[in-house]
Amino acid sequence: MNGTKMKRALTYLAFVSPAAALFAVFIVLPFVRAFLYSFQDWDGIGREMAWVGPANYLRAFEETAFRASVWFTARFVAVTAVLLNVLGLLLALAVNVKLKTGHFARTAFFLPTVIVPVLVGYLWGFIIVQLLPDIGEWTGIRILQKNWLSLPDYAFISIAAVFVWQHVGYYMVIYLAALQGVPRDLLEAAAMDGAGRWGTFRSVVIPLIRPAVTVCTFLAVAAGFKSFDLNYSLTQGGPFGTTESLTLQIYKDAFQRNLFSYASAKAILFFAALSAVTLIQVAYMKRKEVQL
Amino acid sequence: MTRSGCGIGKGLLEAGLIALALLFLFPFYLTLVNGMKPYDEMARSLLAFPRAPELKNFAAVWEKLNYPRSFLNSLSVTAASVAGILLASAACAYQLVRRPGRISSAIFYSILASMIIPFQTVMVPLVVVAKELGLVDTLHGVILIYCGFSLPMAVFLYHGFIKAIPRELEEAAHIDGSGTFGTFFRIVFPLLKPVTASVAVINALGIWNDFMVPLLMIRSESLRTIPLASSIFYGVYKSDWNLAMAALTLGMLPVVVFFLFMQRFIVQGIVAGAVKT
Repeated sequence: MNGTKMKRALTYLAFVSPAAALFAVFIVLPFVRAFLYSFQDWDGIGREMAWVGPANYLRAFEETAFRASVWFTARFVAVTAVLLNVLGLLLALAVNVKLKTGHFARTAFFLPTVIVPVLVGYLWGFIIVQLLPDIGEWTGIRILQKNWLSLPDYAFISIAAVFVWQHVGYYMVIYLAALQGVPRDLLEAAAMDGAGRWGTFRSVVIPLIRPAVTVCTFLAVAAGFKSFDLNYSLTQGGPFGTTESLTLQIYKDAFQRNLFSYASAKAILFFAALSAVTLIQVAYMKRKEVQL
Repeated sequence: MTRSGCGIGKGLLEAGLIALALLFLFPFYLTLVNGMKPYDEMARSLLAFPRAPELKNFAAVWEKLNYPRSFLNSLSVTAASVAGILLASAACAYQLVRRPGRISSAIFYSILASMIIPFQTVMVPLVVVAKELGLVDTLHGVILIYCGFSLPMAVFLYHGFIKAIPRELEEAAHIDGSGTFGTFFRIVFPLLKPVTASVAVINALGIWNDFMVPLLMIRSESLRTIPLASSIFYGVYKSDWNLAMAALTLGMLPVVVFFLFMQRFIVQGIVAGAVKT
């Protein structure tokens, strides 16, 4: 190797290696280990470690708490992904109309997005536990007088509603950008051809913002899957583990119950489910985009 | 539709939006006013504006939460992580684009593929790795983890942007005697400003607000960031609602201020990130 070649190689190394090293140490290495742990039996502390084959996975499929957590996560993803997209798009349509207070409304809808999520859980916990019963007493509405966080169905509604309150502004912003990218002359042409508002929306606007729908669905599904902070701070996974998301369960298994290898098996299942769902969703929705 | 009909429709929409916007802001009002009431006044009425607003609760929280300390911890972790992410990923993307080949492609595509790995899948072994490297309960450990996990997205965004920059500029700089480092810092990095702004703002928000990494990594009280410190404080003072509300207000305040100044950039950053993915 001559001098210039050597120098070029060293320059390359200097530019690429910091990123590559961080990537290798903090993503690749733990990922490989998560996979290996999932076939072992280890408590995360001791030196003893034994290979147990698929035992952790089989145990997870049998465990009631794990099934409950899968069920919670699936319902949570479905409900919040639909609500975030529908309400996000509706808000975007509303603030896209030229109004005097449009900027104020946009800011208000977006503000919760930037707040520390774990604090959002405490804040809403206060409202749900302290204020809702008061409102129930003033209005005489029975169901508001109960502690929602102690009833499984209402705890689910609470956590989904708070999640949507916090994140809907994010989806509004993306849809708004997509709506503003729809060419004016196309809308005018549709109006001239006698298409009503609904007709224009369905046959012109929706097809043109399909890429945003694909992206927003992907983001919402991934965010719902990974939900942790709210479950930790608002419901602590309760009542009776009915709002324990997969990520919260993995955390509790590993760090509160010292089931390191068992938690790793769940983490791998979590990864497999999340990547399968999002890959299928994106592939399916992208194909619909192309058909136009 | 007639013009007056349209006006009424617009008026209704406007009124509806204002009502909804106020409803969205209501939780913030509730936190703020109840943080300024003594306990018994709060117990009597949650909704009313405080009769004599006081900052006693805030002063108590300021001290018990060790607010200046956690604020500084959050600030240094966020600033150092963002700086690290920007430098490492821009430099890496630059050479990956300008020196194409099998090695560059392999690195780029593995980084790209890793974006599908959720943090929660690797958090358990990550703590083991951190322990082995002596990073547990240190702020630089937290910073390095943020750098690692925010890299892929940043490398991806920079990679796409650098590809569109014409080579001629750099060649001219080379002829003028500038080395690769000089060219990168003086010519290329300034041109990347739009991506740098998006990556910086989005990561700053995400890191400032993150709860999970400090929860996993930090044990010492003096190293807590704002989300972790507020969460622990809240657990201890749960029944002192007025103190808890003051703590929440203080916890949310910095990011609200940041948001009010940076709103435009935050929105641009989100849209830019969403369009690319």
